[in-house]
Amino acid sequence: MKDVNAIELRNISKRFGKVVANDQINLSVRNGEILAILGENGSGKTTLMNMISGIYYPDEGQIFVNGEEVTIRSPKDAFPLGIGMIHQHFKLVDVLTAAENIVLGLSGPTRLDITAVATRISKLAHKYGFDIDPFKKIYEMSVSEKQTVEIVKMLYRGANILILDEPTAVLTPQETDRLFAVLRNMRDDGNAIIIITHKLNEVLALSDRVAVLHKGRYVGTVETADATVALLTEMMVGKKVELNIDRPDPVNPETRLVVKDITCVNKDGVITLNHASFTAMGGEILGIAGVAGSGQRELLEAIAGLTPKESGEIDYYPPGQPMREISGLSAVEISRLGIKLSFVPEDRLGMGLVGPMDMVDNMMIRSYRKGGFFWADRRSPRTLAEHIISELEVATPGVSTPVGKLSGGNVQKVLVGREISSAPAVLMVAYPVRGLDINSSYTIYRLLNEQKKRGVAVLCVGEDLDVLLALCDRILVLCDGRVTGVVDARTATKEQVGLLMTHTERRPGDGKADSRRA
Amino acid sequence: MGAIIIFIQKAIGQGVCILYGANGEILTEKSGNLNLGVPGMMYMGGIAGLAAAFLYEKGVAVPNASVGFVLALLAALLAGALGGLIYSVLTITLRANQNVSGLALTTFGVGVGNFFGGSLSKLSGGVGQISVATTASAFRLKVPLLSDIPVVGDVLFSYGFLTYFVVVLSVYLSWYLNRTRQGLCLRAVGESPATADAAGINVSLYKYLATVIGGAICGLGGLYFVMEYSGGTWTNNGFGDRGWLAVALVIFARWRPLNALWGALLFGALYILYLYIPGLGRSMQEIFKMLPYLVTVVVLILTSLRRKKEDQPPESLGLHYFREER
Repeated sequence: MKDVNAIELRNISKRFGKVVANDQINLSVRNGEILAILGENGSGKTTLMNMISGIYYPDEGQIFVNGEEVTIRSPKDAFPLGIGMIHQHFKLVDVLTAAENIVLGLSGPTRLDITAVATRISKLAHKYGFDIDPFKKIYEMSVSEKQTVEIVKMLYRGANILILDEPTAVLTPQETDRLFAVLRNMRDDGNAIIIITHKLNEVLALSDRVAVLHKGRYVGTVETADATVALLTEMMVGKKVELNIDRPDPVNPETRLVVKDITCVNKDGVITLNHASFTAMGGEILGIAGVAGSGQRELLEAIAGLTPKESGEIDYYPPGQPMREISGLSAVEISRLGIKLSFVPEDRLGMGLVGPMDMVDNMMIRSYRKGGFFWADRRSPRTLAEHIISELEVATPGVSTPVGKLSGGNVQKVLVGREISSAPAVLMVAYPVRGLDINSSYTIYRLLNEQKKRGVAVLCVGEDLDVLLALCDRILVLCDGRVTGVVDARTATKEQVGLLMTHTERRPGDGKADSRRA
Repeated sequence: MGAIIIFIQKAIGQGVCILYGANGEILTEKSGNLNLGVPGMMYMGGIAGLAAAFLYEKGVAVPNASVGFVLALLAALLAGALGGLIYSVLTITLRANQNVSGLALTTFGVGVGNFFGGSLSKLSGGVGQISVATTASAFRLKVPLLSDIPVVGDVLFSYGFLTYFVVVLSVYLSWYLNRTRQGLCLRAVGESPATADAAGINVSLYKYLATVIGGAICGLGGLYFVMEYSGGTWTNNGFGDRGWLAVALVIFARWRPLNALWGALLFGALYILYLYIPGLGRSMQEIFKMLPYLVTVVVLILTSLRRKKEDQPPESLGLHYFREER
C-alpha cells in the first residue's frame, strides 16, 4: 500500500474575500506514513486541512483519495472516505461518557448496547496502545484524555486517514510522548497521518516527511531524515520582506518595567509562562514574538493583573518616581498607575469593547469611576470619542454609532485610541494590526511610535516577524512559555528569531511534577 | 384509615396532572428548548379534549363513551402538539427568545382555554355548565375486578386510563432517554448542538419532534384534569397553577422522568396537605400551598451546592443553535 497516495492535493486554492489562504498547493500523503505540515501562524495549514475534512470547499484544484478524485462538500462526505480530523477544540458532550460520545450519531439498532461499544473501544485501545476508560465522563477527563476520545472516535468510525491540528499544543511532554507512540503504532498499521504543527522538534521526532507552507504558499516537501532545524526554519519563515516603517531611535531610554521570574499556570494545570524575566524600557518598543499560544497573552495579562501568577515579581518604575512592586495589586490599581493593556483578540470586540454600545459608552468603560457621586460624567468621554475620530481618522457616522457596526480597522483604532488617551506610562498591545489593511496598519504603527517618542514603554505582541523586525527596538522571543531570547531588532535576522521561536528542545529532567502543578 | 386512603387518592389525582406536564417538559428541555408554555399547552389540551367530546355528545343522539374517549384523546394530543409546534416555529426556525415565546404561549393557551371553556355551551346554543358525562365516564373507568379489593383496590386500582398511562410513559421516557440511540442523540442535541451537528445528527429535527411530542404530552395533562379529575366539566382558571408546578417538578426531578414519577406524588400530596390538617386558618393554608415550590427551591440549592454535572440542566438549554454562528 505504500505506493498509493492516501491523499493527494493538486493545485488547491482557497480565498476568503481578498485574502488568499491557500495558493496552488500540491501535497500528498501515503498510507503508512506520518506527514507533518509545518508553517507559521496564518500560513494556511488549518485551512488546507479543513478542505480535506469537508469544512471548507476549495475554490480551485483537485483532491484524490486513494488514487480517485473525490468531491468533499461536508464532514459527512469525508467520513465514508475514511478521513477523520481532530480539531484543536474538541467536539465532545461533557456529561456523556467516552463510549457515548464515540458512538454518538452512528446508526444501529434502537436499543444502544453500550457494553458492546465499550468492548470494541477497548479492543481498539489495546491494538494501538491507547489508555481510555469508556465509562468515564468527559467532564472528569484531562485534556489529553479528551484528545484520546476524539482519536478513538475517528478510528471507531473507520477512519484510516487521520488529520491532527496542533495536537500537542495542550499536552504535557509526557502526554506528547504517549500520543506519538500511539500515532507511530497507527502508522505501522498502515494508516495515513497528517499532523499540523509549528514545533520543529516534534516534526523531527515524529514525521516521515515534512511539507512546509509559508503565507498560503507551498514551499516544498522534504524527507524528515534529510531535514535539519536550520533548513526547516528557513523554509518556514521565508525571505525577509522590506517594510517601510518609520523607526525613530529611542531617546534616553530608562527602565520602566522589570519582570522577574514569573510563572503562570492555567486552569488545566498547564504551565503557560515558565520563569519569564525581562526589562521594558520607556521610550522604546519591545516586540514580543512567538508562535501562537506561547504565553504572549498570559505575559501581558500577568503584568496587567488579569492573570494570577504562581511566582515571580514585577517591578514598576513610574517616570520620576520611586520603584513600586505591582505583583500583588489588582487590575484596577495597576491600570491607575498608568499601565494600560490593549489586547486585540481574534474576534476584536471580545475583549475591551462592547459591540452594541456606542463610542461614548465604550470610552466610559474606562472612565465611569471618575464621575460624580451618583451621575456619570458623559461629557468628557464624548469629547474624547470625538477627538479619537478626528485624530485617528475613524470612519464612522458619529459618536453614537455602535462600535460593533464599524469595520475591523476602525474598531481597532477606537480600542488603541482609548488606551492611549489615558496617557499611559506602559502601553501593551497584542496583535494591534490583526486583520487590518495596509493603511490602517500604518496608522497604528504611527500611534505606537508617537507613544514611544513620549517616553512610553510600548510592549507589542505581533505575529508578523517582518513587521516586528521593522517596527520594534528590541524583540523578546517566547517559546512554550519560556523567554528564549531578546534580540536587537535592528540587527537580528528573521532566521535568528525563527529559530528562537521554535526552540523547543526538551531538557532532560522535564518530569511530570515539573511541567504540571502537583 | 378512610381519610388516609382518600388523601392518597387525591394526592395521586393532583400528581398525575403535574406529571404529564413534567414529562412533556423533560422531553422538550432535553432537546435544549426551555418551553415555559407548559400551562398554556395544558389548557389547550384540556379545552380541546372537552370541546371534542362536547361537540360529539351534542351531535349524536346516543353518544358512545368509547368514541368520545378516542376523540377527546386525539383532540388533546393535537392541541398540545400544536402548542409545541407554535413554540418550535418561533424558537427553532425564527430563533425568537425562548423565555418570551414560552410565556407568550402560556398566556395564549390560558386565554384560549378560558374563552372556549366559558363560551362553548353558549356557542352551541346550550345554557349553563358544560358537561360531557358520557365521555368522562370512559376516562373515569376503574380497573375492573382489582378495584373491588378493599384498601389495595382503592389505593392502587381505583383510577382511570390516563393515570396508569402516565406511569408507563415515565418509565418509557426514562428508558428512551438513557438506553436508546435516539435518546443519546436527543441528549447530545440539548447539551451541545454543535457537537451533535458535527456527528451528523439533524439538530432541528430532534428539537422540533421533542418539543411537539412534549407539547402533546402536556396536552394530556390538561385532558386528565378536565375528564378524570373534574368529571368532564370546565371552570375558568380551575386548572390553577398546576402548569407551573409541572415546570418546578422538572427541576425537582433533575430532568429524570423516574424522579418525576415519585416527585409528582410528593408534589400532589404537599399541594393538598392543607385540606387534611385540621384547624388551619386561611393564611396558614396559603403557606402550606407554597410547600411544593419551597421543596423545589431546596432541591435547587442542594444541587447547586453539590455541583454535580449530571444534576444540572442541559447545557444549551434556552439557547438557539445556528450552525454558521460559531
